[in-house]
Order: sequence, then C-alpha cells, then structure tokens
Amino acid sequence: MINLKDIVQKLDLKVVSGNLDREVSAGYASDLLSDVIANAQKDNIWITLQIHLNIVAVANLQELAGIILVNGREPEESTLKKAEQENIPILLTELPTFEIVGKLYELGIHGTQ
Amino acid sequence: MDDNKRTTTKIQELTYELRIKDVMTKNIETVGSKMHVSHLRDILYDKRISGVPVAKDNKLIGIISIEDFIKCLEQNELDTLIEDKMTKNVKTLYADEPLVHAVMKFEKYGFGRFPVISRKDKKLVGIITKSDIIKGVLKKLETAYHDEEERRYRASHIFNDVVADEIFFKFQYYVEGKNFDRAGEAATGLKKTLYRLGLSPEIVRRAAISTYEAEINIVAFTKGGKIIAYLEPHQIRIVITDKGPGIPDIEKALKPGFSTAPGWVRELGFGAGMGLPNIKNFADKMTLKSTVEKGTRLEITVKLSDYRNED
Repeated sequence: MINLKDIVQKLDLKVVSGNLDREVSAGYASDLLSDVIANAQKDNIWITLQIHLNIVAVANLQELAGIILVNGREPEESTLKKAEQENIPILLTELPTFEIVGKLYELGIHGTQ
Repeated sequence: MDDNKRTTTKIQELTYELRIKDVMTKNIETVGSKMHVSHLRDILYDKRISGVPVAKDNKLIGIISIEDFIKCLEQNELDTLIEDKMTKNVKTLYADEPLVHAVMKFEKYGFGRFPVISRKDKKLVGIITKSDIIKGVLKKLETAYHDEEERRYRASHIFNDVVADEIFFKFQYYVEGKNFDRAGEAATGLKKTLYRLGLSPEIVRRAAISTYEAEINIVAFTKGGKIIAYLEPHQIRIVITDKGPGIPDIEKALKPGFSTAPGWVRELGFGAGMGLPNIKNFADKMTLKSTVEKGTRLEITVKLSDYRNED
C-alpha cells in the first residue's frame, strides 16, 4: 500500500487540509456523491471536481483516505473548515480527472475492483 | 504502526493546543546586571539550573548561562560584572504563543532555554526549556488519556450498569430543509454516538451511510424533518419523517437512477437517483410511506448481528 505523503510528493499535489500519514488502498473517481457512497471503499483516495462541504461528510462516512480536487478547483471555505475539523485530507491538482487518475495508476493505485 | 501514527498526530495537536504559559517554569531565579559573575555559582549549583535571565525591574535585559560561568572560571574573571559577560540580544517567546512556536525556535537556534515575556507589558514571566515542553506534553497526554478512559468506561458499561430486562436508546436529530451547509450533521453525529457505544465499525458505517442518504433527501426535497435513531437490543431502527411535500410515486422513486432533484441540487453532486437504492443496499430493511402534501416516513433497520461483541 502506498502512503498519502508519497502520492502528494510524486504528483506534486497541494495539501490544504488533513494529516497525510495514511495508507491508500485504492482509488475511486466520481462527481456524484451517492455513487461514491455506494461504490467507494474504506481508505480509498477519491478524485472529484465537487468542492462543496458535503464531500467532507462523504469522505468521513466512507472513511476515505483523502480527496483530490481536479482542474485547479479550490474547496469552498466551509469545506476547508469542516475538513480541518474532521481531519480529512484535501489535495489539489491542476490536472483534469483523466490525467490524475492515469498518474495514480502509474504509482500502483488501482480501482476498487 | 497504527499506534505510532496516532501518537504523532496527537502530540502535534497538543503542541498547537498548549500555550507556552501552560508548560513554562514560572517561579524563576533572576540576577541583576551589576552583580559579579561569582554570584552565579550559588544559583547555578543550588538550583541545578543551566542559565539565568538577567532582569531589571522585571524587564529582561540579558541571559547568562553555565557555559558563560565556566569560561569566566577558566579565565579567572569571576569578579567581572554579569552585564559584561551576558548575552544581550536574547531571543524570547511570548507567554500566549502556542507551544509549537517554542518547539520551532529550539530547533532553529539550538539554545537550551528561552525566557518568556508577557505580550502586554514585556515583563519577564517565566522560562522554558526542552524538558518543560516534554513534561507539559506528557502531562496533557495523561489527562487526555484519562478522559478517554473515563468516556469509554461510561459508554460501554452503560449496558452493565443499567438494570433492565432490555435497554433502548433514542437519539433524535433535527434536519433543516434546503440547507446543504448542515447536511450530514445528523449522520455524522449518529456515527460518533454509535462508535462510542462500542458498536462494530461495519454496523456503524451502514447505519450512518443510510442515515446520510435519508438526511440528504430531507435537505434536498422537503421543508425539514427529523431523524430518530432507536438503538434496540438487536437492531438499530432509524425513523426519518418530514413535513412534505411527499412522494407521488414511491415505486418510481425507488428505481435506481430516477430523480426529481432540481438543478441546484444536482450541481452539488446529489440527485443521481441513488439515495433510496443506496439505503436499500446498506440497510437490512427499509419501509417507505408517503402522503403527498403531508410528508414521508422512512424506516431503516440495521441488524446488530455482532452486537456488543467487543465487551
């Protein structure tokens, strides 16, 4: 398993919240929250363009390892506050979903199947 | 590994939480600048300290250490004045700064101690050493540990302490309609509560996720409602009621992918038509009743097959 800290370093992600000392089991990419709830698994890294507060609730409930926001999108202020509170790592990238997922795959992070 | 991870974070957390004034030594020895260096012998030896702030009218004007004293001893300069041998540009810390600032300054300068002054009147109020930091953090950790122990005791022993043939808990949460900023609070609250009561993580997750989906439905579609979770001897029963507008076609609403969510809800990533199907998946039982204009009642059951296994 790969550590969140390694992912941040290797993919040059910007960290805006949370503790990076976490192992990542696999990845899931989706912008529909209910889809993430249905299909992501514990310790997954979640790739999305949603920046609203509720991504933190979903990550918290599913006990995800962290959230990567794509396309240079920044979380809303309330999202950030909640993420700090619940200690959910939020990472930012300028890349779109397809590219960042490809890079994650190269690092050995695969899907949930 | 897990333990290590937790302690590191906890200690980091504590260094932000604790203030310098919480851990510093308050009753400190000071010397005057016009005293002779020889005077230090008694203070350093008697008090077993390695450095003394030099003060005038409670204001810090320098610091003199055991190293300075030894140098004077070697060069036979014990009768010089402290002001000629002390360090004058002293690095200090404010009493109200978080402890992490002290940690960083120790790392940066490699000094053994920093005098602490009050931000308001710049008066010398204490001194901080690395061992003060360690002691302070350990003490705080111990307190936190005791609190945690006590809390755990309370939570898991409720079942043993309460005398009854069967025990039921009821937790009630109110959910505002149309307010996505608070959506998820009920589910997160229930999750924390159930964990504290010692339920297994899998059961807690299933109950919390089902509750979350139901909570989102209240927020997205209704004028508000409430969630009542009953913890019963063999199951968690979650009853979600709202004040309308009700669901015209329940069969359709249960179909995966069917959604009546308005645009603003979809933009937030909801409205995929997966809420109710998700609940059906995560729960052991789900019943949905709705009267148009009056409201909807959703009942979710999660069975506690491994209830209180951890006792």
